[in-house]
Amino acid sequence: MNILAVLIPVSLILGGIGLFAFFWAVKNNQFEDPKGNAERILSDRFDDDPDGN
Amino acid sequence: MNAETPSIAVCPACVALPAKGEAGPKLDPHEVAMRRVEFSLPTVHCAACIAAVERTLTNRPDVFGARVNLTLKRVSITAADLPNIEEDLTAELDRLGYPAKPLDSAVLARAEGTKAGRDLLARLGVAGFAMMNVMLLSISVWAGAEGTTREMMHWISAAIALPAVAFAGYPFYRSAWGALRRGRLNMDVPISLAILLASGVSLFETVKGGNDAYFDAALSLTFFLLIGRYLDYQTRATARSAASELAALEVQKARRVTEEGEEEVPLDALREGDILAVAPGERLPADGVVTWGDSELDPSMLTGETLPQAVGAGAVVRAGMLNISGPLKIRAEGLGEDTLLKQITRLVETAETTRNKYTSLAEKAAAIYAPAVHILSLLAFLGWGFATGDWRLAVNIAAAVLIITCPCALGLAVPAVLAAASGRLFAQGVLLKDGVSLERLAEIDTVVFDKTGTLTTGKPVLVNAEDIPEEARNIAAALAKHSAHPLAKAIAKAFSGELPIENITEHPGFGTSGRLNGVEVRLGRADWCGATPAAQTAVWLKVGDAPPLAFLFEDEIRPETAETVAALKAAGLTVRLLSGDVPEAAEAVAKAAGIAHWQAGASPADKVDALNALAAEGHKVLMVGDGLNDAAALAAAHVSMSPASAVDASRSSADMIIISNNLAEVANAHRIAVASKRRILENFSIAAVYNSISVPLAVAGMVNPLIAALAMSASSITVSLNSMRIGKMK
Repeated sequence: MNILAVLIPVSLILGGIGLFAFFWAVKNNQFEDPKGNAERILSDRFDDDPDGN
Repeated sequence: MNAETPSIAVCPACVALPAKGEAGPKLDPHEVAMRRVEFSLPTVHCAACIAAVERTLTNRPDVFGARVNLTLKRVSITAADLPNIEEDLTAELDRLGYPAKPLDSAVLARAEGTKAGRDLLARLGVAGFAMMNVMLLSISVWAGAEGTTREMMHWISAAIALPAVAFAGYPFYRSAWGALRRGRLNMDVPISLAILLASGVSLFETVKGGNDAYFDAALSLTFFLLIGRYLDYQTRATARSAASELAALEVQKARRVTEEGEEEVPLDALREGDILAVAPGERLPADGVVTWGDSELDPSMLTGETLPQAVGAGAVVRAGMLNISGPLKIRAEGLGEDTLLKQITRLVETAETTRNKYTSLAEKAAAIYAPAVHILSLLAFLGWGFATGDWRLAVNIAAAVLIITCPCALGLAVPAVLAAASGRLFAQGVLLKDGVSLERLAEIDTVVFDKTGTLTTGKPVLVNAEDIPEEARNIAAALAKHSAHPLAKAIAKAFSGELPIENITEHPGFGTSGRLNGVEVRLGRADWCGATPAAQTAVWLKVGDAPPLAFLFEDEIRPETAETVAALKAAGLTVRLLSGDVPEAAEAVAKAAGIAHWQAGASPADKVDALNALAAEGHKVLMVGDGLNDAAALAAAHVSMSPASAVDASRSSADMIIISNNLAEVANAHRIAVASKRRILENFSIAAVYNSISVPLAVAGMVNPLIAALAMSASSITVSLNSMRIGKMK
């Protein structure tokens, strides 16, 4: 059971990193055009400005 | 508004990517001032559309960047700050096959309210993150962890859940507090109470080392409800994004003639007695009297009449009329309260204030639901407390009842349907200003159409071509080619003729004349060609001394009109026509469209009266109109729609805007609205079924955190899936 003392903090830290990445993405306009992003991946042109700014 | 507008289903870019535009030398971004302009592009829908629009625009020398937002169906362009940039880009996008409407940048800047959306999204993310972690920790408890392990799991859960609940649930607490302070109950009161009570009881149990903690339930409650809130926000944001922001390319400035020449002035700077110049193709900026020039005015936006009025010096004219043929100078008069425009604005305001307050389905559900939950939970608490004397158990059961009954599914029932339906409508080119108008639309039993510009395209077509001899056709076509007058254009489109006509001169306000084999030929107004004016829109051709020949015109009926009216009738609705035009014109259109009930010659106030009379008979009316004369009627109707080509005032009083300008969307929108209402009611039933099973269990004290979590997730997911069916509806 002692392994839990390691695993729980590790999983929380990993989850926290994910949460932080999510905040960062929200802040950078990455959820402004979900439909457009889904379609743009089909375009052969490189999208050098994914934030749309 | 034109008949050639491609339908949504056909994507020009999917067929062939356009050739690269004529790329001139790019302007130097450091030397020119730059401006951000945005356009609504209702027909973009695929990756190729995005590529075509962005590539073509960035190939222009005066554009530095273009980005399509497919979700909002908009393109944002960084362009050189040139005076006609909006018009140029609109024309460019139209050529590409994407009809564009410029958006008002001033309104956009104000509405840059994406902060609220991001805020909700962040709270949703936190709730989701915390819920998943606590669920994982709870699994070990549900699996039978005991003693210190269970206590440790509870403590870690508490450490994650309490801050998350405080942060993520904030929108609910604020709304609940706002309602309570005004002495009312809304849906957020039981929600907040359930979240806070569940967290509080769980914390207490954790401290005491108890069996059950509901941290996961409190978090999943917050998470699911935030999804509902976010969908609701998205629906409103998308609706708001374009409806209020379609900029008018109509007259907002007037050209004042002064001794130094002409100057542009804003409308509110006009004074009584100012002399204003109005070029052909412009709308009159103010009421007044013609002081110089001859022309014809098209009053259709103002009154619904399609017959152009011939005006000369001394004629009284109204703001909003379109100057067709010759340049005019007018003296502005009656700028105060008695302009027709002001009268219409007043009518709109009165109509808006008397419009009945609509109770949405969500509000109705909340009104029954919120008190019931509180009473039930309180009864469970008191009942268990007195029966067993174990008040700790009683609080636990009360919390369980609140969590189980909490309107997770109810909170999703309405927004999930409205989000799916408004997304569906948006994809078809119909913009909802708010979700409630969809519920209103589902209730209608009568549809009232305006004629000019709504059932018709507002463009004249020649109707008596067969009665005109060959020679006259050729002469008329040869003369008409040299005029920009809309009727002349219609003639030139109907016939083609090459005749050696000499000395072709355009007489603004009268017509075009020339000489053919030494004989004078004239094409123009009745009195100028020596004819008696007809009751119908007409152009006359006079060859030498022969009696003049009439070319008669009618307003072109939209190709989809008859089909739309038939579809609405098939849906069990009564269709009516309410026009400001003369009876002959109204009757002809009513016949062609298959409308049995029609009324002609209606003034803006008559239209409102007609709608009020229908409402008094108990009818729920959908009004569809586009003119200034419809604005008040649109505001007075139970629910209203306007094509995007409508005047500003109409667009702002209508509940829905048809951005695709396709009338068939009226019938489609009604079908989707009816289906949406059915889905909402189904969702309520689903939630009721779940509650009727789980509430007795909760009151009986037989619910543990595992059952609570299952019931909540299952009902929320069922409701969401049921709502999404709207988007797939045929």
